[in-house]
Amino acid sequence: MELLLAITLGILVSTSVYLMLDRNVLRFLFGLVLLSNAVNLLIFAGGRLTAGAPPLIAPGEYAPTGVVANALPQALVLTAIVIGFGLLAFTLALVYRTFMTLGTVNSDEMRIAEPMDDKDPGTGKPGPGRADPQHPATGQEAGL
Amino acid sequence: MGGPAGWVSIAFPAILFLYFLGLMPQVALAPVLGGIDWVPSLGIRLAVLLDGLSMTFALLITGIGLAVTLYSARYLGDHPDYPRFVCYLLMFMVGMLGLVLSDDLIMLFVFWEVTTISSYLLIGFNADSAKSRRSALQALLVTGTGGLAMLGGMIILGNVAGTFQLSQILTMGDEIRAHPWYMAILLLVLAGTFTKSAQVPFHFWLPNAMAAPTPVSAYLHSATMVKAGVFLMARMNPTLGGTDAWFWILTLFGGVTAVFASVMAMRQTDIKQVLAYTTLMALGTLTMFIGAGTHYAIMAAMTFLVVHSLYKAALFLMIGIVDHATGTREAGVLGGLSKAMPLTGLAAALAAISMAGIPPMVGFIGKEFMYKAGLGLEGFGAFWVTMMAFAASVLMFAVGGIVALKPFRGDLRPTPHAPHEGPWPMLAGPLVLGALSLIFGLVPGVLGHYLVGPATHAVFGEVRPVELYLWGGINMALILSLLTFLAGWLVYRRHEAIRARLAAIEARSRVDFDAGWDRLLDGFKAFAAWLTGLIQTGSLQRYMAVTFATFVVLVGGTYILKGAFQAGLSLSTDGVHPVQWAVLGLIATGAILTVWTHSRMTAVAAMGVVGIGVALIFIMFSAPDVAITQLLVEVLVVVLVSLAMLRLPYLPRRSKMVFRTGHAVIAGGMGLVTTFLTISVLASDFDRRLTTYFEATSYPEAFGRNIVNVILVDFRALDTFGEITVVAIAAIAAFALLRGAPPRRKHEEES
Repeated sequence: MELLLAITLGILVSTSVYLMLDRNVLRFLFGLVLLSNAVNLLIFAGGRLTAGAPPLIAPGEYAPTGVVANALPQALVLTAIVIGFGLLAFTLALVYRTFMTLGTVNSDEMRIAEPMDDKDPGTGKPGPGRADPQHPATGQEAGL
Repeated sequence: MGGPAGWVSIAFPAILFLYFLGLMPQVALAPVLGGIDWVPSLGIRLAVLLDGLSMTFALLITGIGLAVTLYSARYLGDHPDYPRFVCYLLMFMVGMLGLVLSDDLIMLFVFWEVTTISSYLLIGFNADSAKSRRSALQALLVTGTGGLAMLGGMIILGNVAGTFQLSQILTMGDEIRAHPWYMAILLLVLAGTFTKSAQVPFHFWLPNAMAAPTPVSAYLHSATMVKAGVFLMARMNPTLGGTDAWFWILTLFGGVTAVFASVMAMRQTDIKQVLAYTTLMALGTLTMFIGAGTHYAIMAAMTFLVVHSLYKAALFLMIGIVDHATGTREAGVLGGLSKAMPLTGLAAALAAISMAGIPPMVGFIGKEFMYKAGLGLEGFGAFWVTMMAFAASVLMFAVGGIVALKPFRGDLRPTPHAPHEGPWPMLAGPLVLGALSLIFGLVPGVLGHYLVGPATHAVFGEVRPVELYLWGGINMALILSLLTFLAGWLVYRRHEAIRARLAAIEARSRVDFDAGWDRLLDGFKAFAAWLTGLIQTGSLQRYMAVTFATFVVLVGGTYILKGAFQAGLSLSTDGVHPVQWAVLGLIATGAILTVWTHSRMTAVAAMGVVGIGVALIFIMFSAPDVAITQLLVEVLVVVLVSLAMLRLPYLPRRSKMVFRTGHAVIAGGMGLVTTFLTISVLASDFDRRLTTYFEATSYPEAFGRNIVNVILVDFRALDTFGEITVVAIAAIAAFALLRGAPPRRKHEEES
């Protein structure tokens, strides 16, 4: 089971990373959802897999009888799931608002803060919105 | 007189000067040590070492400091920013004093940087002028870079010696010189001292530092700042000195600096610039003689140190008065001032005669000892040092005439203002310093006994008698002195022609350090812009790709290097229940479908499948609470995303979806690394201590039978509180984003 789970995790991470590398922020969002699932599963599996023995204490006992599943990663994952949800909800609202304001879900077109000024993103030439544009001041001009 | 700020600035050096003066007889006998622990965990002490060298410097710093503060109270007292100036100046003074008094390498470095920063503020005091700002930044960058290199050298030195305490390191010279790291220490420390003391090729910042107000120039150039490098070389002489590398590096760089600077001084027309270059000459000479390292050479260096401080401070203050009174500092314009400004002329004459090395001034003694020291060396060293000292002295003689003789002699020439005598606070400093040059020349024994002698002991590392005298009989040094006067007089007579010749050479020359500096800075900035453009493209895609690729390379690379792939091979798929196969298959299929599909709804549904598959795994492996949460959240996610889809655009059509090979490689790498990571984690030993603790204490201490719940609400309740806070903040932020969203723009994306 562990080997299979590891392979499944690999597939899950691969797909989520591929999605997160997409320019379309919706696909990025899908990748985020998958990635948080993958990570939760990884943490859970890290506490070792124990079938059919939930970490409960029977009435009348002071401690679990026999081996029960590892409670600690379960608690951590529980927290992680909820926080992951919060992150997703906020990101979704952000995407929604961005689309309403900018009319695009393409991350390369969201350039209000750092306008490209029709430059090819590949050339790496910064646009005029950057500190120190194409004409870096000479030492004399800048008073250096 | 600048009000309270002025009086404070005058009182501070005055009190300290008297204090050090009182300690002088004691220090002349034996060094004084003291201090308190500063950073005990790092072995750094706020330790004080007051020996002859520190004493000489401390007296110069406070004494000339007094002359300078008195002078500037009058010179700048009406300036609106005068209190600010006083702050910088006193900060600088404290930095210099700390530097020369510290007995700890790290403390020394800290004070070293205090002088760097305060000199930056002082040089850039006229912050409205671009030239001033440029000069200040240049000084800061050059000396600061050297200072960093020096810090490296000092840390190596401290580790090699096993202590940062200077007074101990000074006794460990033999061990350190024999150590394999000696060369690294030497070069790094010299990088610091050469930049600070403006040796060629790092000299260009010093003449530019003339942008500072005149009293600052006087202070920085005579007793402080630039002498810090000289101080450190002298200080390190017992530890680092005495090797061939030390000898040749110091004498060659020092000699070249001295002669180059003297020639450049001939070239200048602005008297302040002339003086700036003569400072360079003095620094080069001092470096050369410290490098020469014989007892005579050290003695010559220490004598010249005092000599130079006295005459240079006086001359700078004098030219400030002349500038103030006439409105110009041009050597070609000034002339015949002695009638209008007799006292200024007297101070100038005293200082300049000392600079020219004419008896009975103390400058003559300094020059004599330099010649004796140079002649006392062996082989090529003797020739080189003597020649360089001779050439520099000849030019100094001529420069002394240009600076102090020419402006005051002859007929009065027209100047922008009618010349008038300076006020007493400005005259006091130059006159007293000039008088001292004369007094020390007449009674050199005092100077030798209290200052030069103890300083020479400290630098040479061994006590030998030191006696300064004016008349040493007829010998080679005296003959050289007479030759110096003759040659110097000839050069002075023809100095205008020489200046024109030098100007012509300079105009043709391609080597311009200052322009080179600008090119260097521009290059740096262009490089920074290029690098920023390369890394900070503004493309989210690229940032993500770089982040993931880094993870793959680092973690995967570690796997390959450590050969850790073997770890999980013992795991097998035996005994996996068909249901488990099915659930894992479901997750994998859902994930792949999310990537493959171009329909938003299919993607949302596929994500739901993945989430439910994960929930099923939680159920199978004994985590009912987690599974319930996962299911609830998964449902909410699907609902939320679906709701948002009502307003959000469709995904691009399949025909528009490009397969991104590079990204697929990164993604595949991430998957592989995750798989191997999981396998190695699961195949390694497991430490169950924490879980055992929670299991044992869950009921007895927290009265809960569901251990997961107890951990969440009891043992790690603060975490859960944080989690609730995160969700609440996310909800508020999402609300803020959604409230008042503008109506959707029409966009072709909708098509």
